[in-house]
Amino acid sequence: MRELALHILDIAENSISAGATRILISVEENLQTDRLVIDIEDNGKGMDAETLARITDPFITSRTTRNVGLGIPFFKAAAESCEGLFKIQSRPGKGTTVKAEFKRSHIDRMPLGDLAGTLQTLIIGTSDVHWIFEYRINDEVFRFDDEPVKKILDGVPLSDPSVMRYIREALRTGIDELRQEANLPNTN
Amino acid sequence: MPTVKSLDDLKKIREEALKKQQMKETSGKKEVIVGMGTVGIAAGARETLKAILDIIEEDNLEDIIVRQTGNIGLDSFEPIVQVILPGQEKVTYGKVNGEMARKIITKHVVGGEIVKEYKIEG
Repeated sequence: MRELALHILDIAENSISAGATRILISVEENLQTDRLVIDIEDNGKGMDAETLARITDPFITSRTTRNVGLGIPFFKAAAESCEGLFKIQSRPGKGTTVKAEFKRSHIDRMPLGDLAGTLQTLIIGTSDVHWIFEYRINDEVFRFDDEPVKKILDGVPLSDPSVMRYIREALRTGIDELRQEANLPNTN
Repeated sequence: MPTVKSLDDLKKIREEALKKQQMKETSGKKEVIVGMGTVGIAAGARETLKAILDIIEEDNLEDIIVRQTGNIGLDSFEPIVQVILPGQEKVTYGKVNGEMARKIITKHVVGGEIVKEYKIEG
């Protein structure tokens, strides 16, 4: 994976496979403390301690299900190689939380990448999940909750062209405005 | 095209979409599914799915449901796109990039003709 946004997509896919109906993705960039923190929280079926220990090990795989592949070990390695840390918390029936923290200015830190594109594909491609996205730079925050959108749409599909245009624009503008305020270049 | 962002804009979008729906007969849904397992993502499945969304948006294609799914189990063919048209068998395409996605949408999903050269036999 060449972008953090692709890792986010991959971890979110695990949440979908775990039957989550609500997934929160949070990305926080703090320019003062020089940290970048990514949180993905789901209400899926969760894992027991044994499974949890196994999924961060790249050399052990439960090949029969293929629900979890190399994605988690890669993401963990990416964070740990940038003076960061990686944590997964999970309980059966309670969902899973993945947290990856990076030293923001670390030379090996992957670019954030196409965050809006990742969210767009998740929201439109899995419309039965309630998606909440938070992007924070220092004290400013952009939040996108797709529940009010779905409520207003009331049955009109998310893949209707004008609805897609709306969601794409909302995400892109929200993310870029926040970056502009902090004098950061736009993501693709 | 002006930027649409407020929830009021969204209400207008909904009303227009409903009007269009009422004019059409219920012909069943056309479905496009993109595999989004780790292997698929690493092979570029997000760009493929985004290309599909862009085509639908640009060409104003109605009545197409786009879904993503986990690993399909054909790692060496990722990114994988599947098309299901009403009353037809599921067709699986392999190694689909943005350009191929356009052909699949235009020729198969809209035109009803399978793009044989991209199809995975099985």
